[in-house]
Amino acid sequence: MRRIVQHRLFWPVFSLVALIVVNTVARPRFIKITVRDGELYGALIDILRNSAPLMLVALGMTLVIATRGIDLSVGAVMAVSGAVALTIIDDSSSPGSTTTVLAAIAAGVGVALLLGAWNGFLVAVLNIQPIIATLVLMLAGRGVALLITDGFITTVNSHPLNYVASGYLLFVPFAFVIAVAAVTVIALFERRTALGMLTEAVGINPEASRLAGVRSRGIILGAYVVSGTLAGVAGIIYSSNIRAADANAAGELIELYAILAVVLGGTSLMGGKFTIAGTVVGVLIIQTLKSTILFLGVSSAESPVFFAAVVIIVVLIQSPRVHGLARGLTGRGRSSEVPARTDAEVPA
Amino acid sequence: MRADADAPPLVAMRDITVRFPGVLALDSVDFFLRAGEVHSVMGENGAGKSTLIKALTGVYAIDQGTITVAGEERLFGSTADAQEAGISTVYQEVNLCTNLSVGENVMLGHEPRNRLGIDWKATHREAARHLESLGLQLDTHSLLSSHSIAVQQLVSISRAMVLDARVLVLDEPTSSLDRDEVALLFTVVRDLRDKGVAILFVSHFLEQVYEISDRITVLRNGKLVGEYCTKDLPRSDLVTKMVGRAIDELEAISEIAERDVDRSAAPVLRATGVGLRGVLEPADLDVFDGEVVGIAGLLGSGRTELVRLLYGADRADVGDVEVHGKPARITSPRRAMQHRIAFSSENRHAEGVVADLTVGENIVLGIQARRGWHRKVRRAEYDAVVTEYIHALGVRPADPNVLVGTLSGGNQQKVLLARWLATAPELIILDEPTRGIDIGAKADIQRKVAELSSQGLSVIFISSELEEVLRLAQRVVVMRDRRQLGVLDSGSVDVDGLIDYIANHGEGSVA
Repeated sequence: MRRIVQHRLFWPVFSLVALIVVNTVARPRFIKITVRDGELYGALIDILRNSAPLMLVALGMTLVIATRGIDLSVGAVMAVSGAVALTIIDDSSSPGSTTTVLAAIAAGVGVALLLGAWNGFLVAVLNIQPIIATLVLMLAGRGVALLITDGFITTVNSHPLNYVASGYLLFVPFAFVIAVAAVTVIALFERRTALGMLTEAVGINPEASRLAGVRSRGIILGAYVVSGTLAGVAGIIYSSNIRAADANAAGELIELYAILAVVLGGTSLMGGKFTIAGTVVGVLIIQTLKSTILFLGVSSAESPVFFAAVVIIVVLIQSPRVHGLARGLTGRGRSSEVPARTDAEVPA
Repeated sequence: MRADADAPPLVAMRDITVRFPGVLALDSVDFFLRAGEVHSVMGENGAGKSTLIKALTGVYAIDQGTITVAGEERLFGSTADAQEAGISTVYQEVNLCTNLSVGENVMLGHEPRNRLGIDWKATHREAARHLESLGLQLDTHSLLSSHSIAVQQLVSISRAMVLDARVLVLDEPTSSLDRDEVALLFTVVRDLRDKGVAILFVSHFLEQVYEISDRITVLRNGKLVGEYCTKDLPRSDLVTKMVGRAIDELEAISEIAERDVDRSAAPVLRATGVGLRGVLEPADLDVFDGEVVGIAGLLGSGRTELVRLLYGADRADVGDVEVHGKPARITSPRRAMQHRIAFSSENRHAEGVVADLTVGENIVLGIQARRGWHRKVRRAEYDAVVTEYIHALGVRPADPNVLVGTLSGGNQQKVLLARWLATAPELIILDEPTRGIDIGAKADIQRKVAELSSQGLSVIFISSELEEVLRLAQRVVVMRDRRQLGVLDSGSVDVDGLIDYIANHGEGSVA
């Protein structure tokens, strides 16, 4: 029991389960999943489907944060990638053809990759502070997206494109399949190769890593490229969902939700050690919370306050400080049983 | 007014002990500072100098002992408490607000007020008055950042005077100043001394210490060596006291090291005229197969700067390097590693261990970096390498899964040595591998170096402890003031001779 409680993912998972329980108690049909025509339906399935863009963005953000960086431009990159892809489809003579859509998606994601490389270049090669380097694209990106769409919201009706966000593959929403695939590929990539360990080394101590011969430049640049690319894919899913390229609304504030998801999952903003599983849980917490707001019928005026209040509770639940206080309140017997593993043992 | 030795000291630190996990940073040290004197604290890194200063300025809490200021016993829980007692500090890096004006900086927190809040006119007038009392004519409205570091430091001093400091601590104030700026600073310091301020001066530059200080306290390994009048302490005596003459049982190691090196083949590394403007004057160095070349010199002598250039940690702007007789351009640590050169930095925490990774990960980091991220060290190989080196070097605890940051300094150093040895280098550069670690670990590391070199590994070995250098090295490169003085055969010189060489060579005087 104690080992479970001390697992670093215990409190994030606990928060997620608690949210689901609250919803289920409020309205039991929340956890109901039905099968219709070989497709799964239900509130939980919606959460999985809708979490895909944030999942992709938060995944990239996790790697960037692990290198001691931050990527504020992900929302803008989503807007650009959607704009590029949908403009190509819109201009094409055969918007319904799968080939056209695939080419358009490749172009959109390709541009996102280049934007990620640009961020990486500014940070890793020119040594510009990450928050400033990515701020440039955060501000400029949406302008670029507007230029691409000529200032309009490009709407497209293309069956293959719609499939990305609304389609199903083997019972499950296709968007969720993409997210799972991305998580799997990145996790394997980081842990089966030495990339994860070298990324952590660079994030914890850049100078020691450099002197140890680690190509920190390449590793940092790579993290931004991955972040940009995943944001590009997220932009495609978003555009597919609304069947339009909306340069202003696409990925709005998603950089902040992604940072929140990473932190809720237990990765420190100081860089270094990161956990992809934690980020997945963090994303699910946020998405469940958003669904909760809709599900419980919280009015739109009240929803930001409600969201913030729950986030504060979740953060407090995870805080070691609060655990210590809670132990103090519940009496000595337990506190001696569970020795406090605090962060106070850092030497000078 | 000059210090009177019989007058009661303004600051008396008695029996001061400060402990860090695994290290006794100060071991019942006494230190006395008198009004109207400039007092230098000397010692190599890890001697306890900065700990002593931090105890005096309230940064560290003391575990034992008493601090008395002007006859009153004080307990410093914070820097504010020390300032309250009249102790002000000017640090190496200026800790003022460079984005505020000179006047604002001088008066920060003590601005004269009127009914409308701060009276800015009066503030700048006051600031100008304080600056003038130090002989400084500055536009108080100018931004602090528009002035040189030297002027910023003087502003920092005048700020201390605003706080009515009776004790001024100058921690390495001259390290980034040029000659004229140092002269200006010293004029101000002498002036303050004559006004009765007690000044604690810390510098690595021997000349400056001799120029400015009336008294010198020497620390070594956290212990007090003694307090001396500057005029009664010849330089070579000071150096001897700083580096120590510990009697030790390391004869066996020196026996391994005492052997002839075959210098017929091309050297593993030959550097000719390698230097970097403003950092190191061009220096020459060669290392042959199985040879240990020591570098002797005090901290700041250029010894670290030289090896950083050789490893590509910094880029030299002049000079040629040959590896095994072939020209090589070593412009980055990766290039150096490709030439099978390894470098363990003197700065274990900032440039050595990756504290939040495990012992095992830290050990394989070097191999992994060489291979690149895509060729991960497999589990079996990882286990084999990590187990081998943990045992070969005696890392404690012998657990590859603990975070390296939780180990003692000596064990962290062993982990670093393991990281580099695991990459199978032909030349390993060890910069102060024995600093700040306990005697046992010191002996372990020296023994390992001697053994490996006898098996053909070439080593460049830097240590502040001259015995270590002479014990391990066949030849010794001597450095001072960022300049190479010469190369000595370690068989032809003893510690006294080496000290004399460091202190007096080229000075034309023998103390």
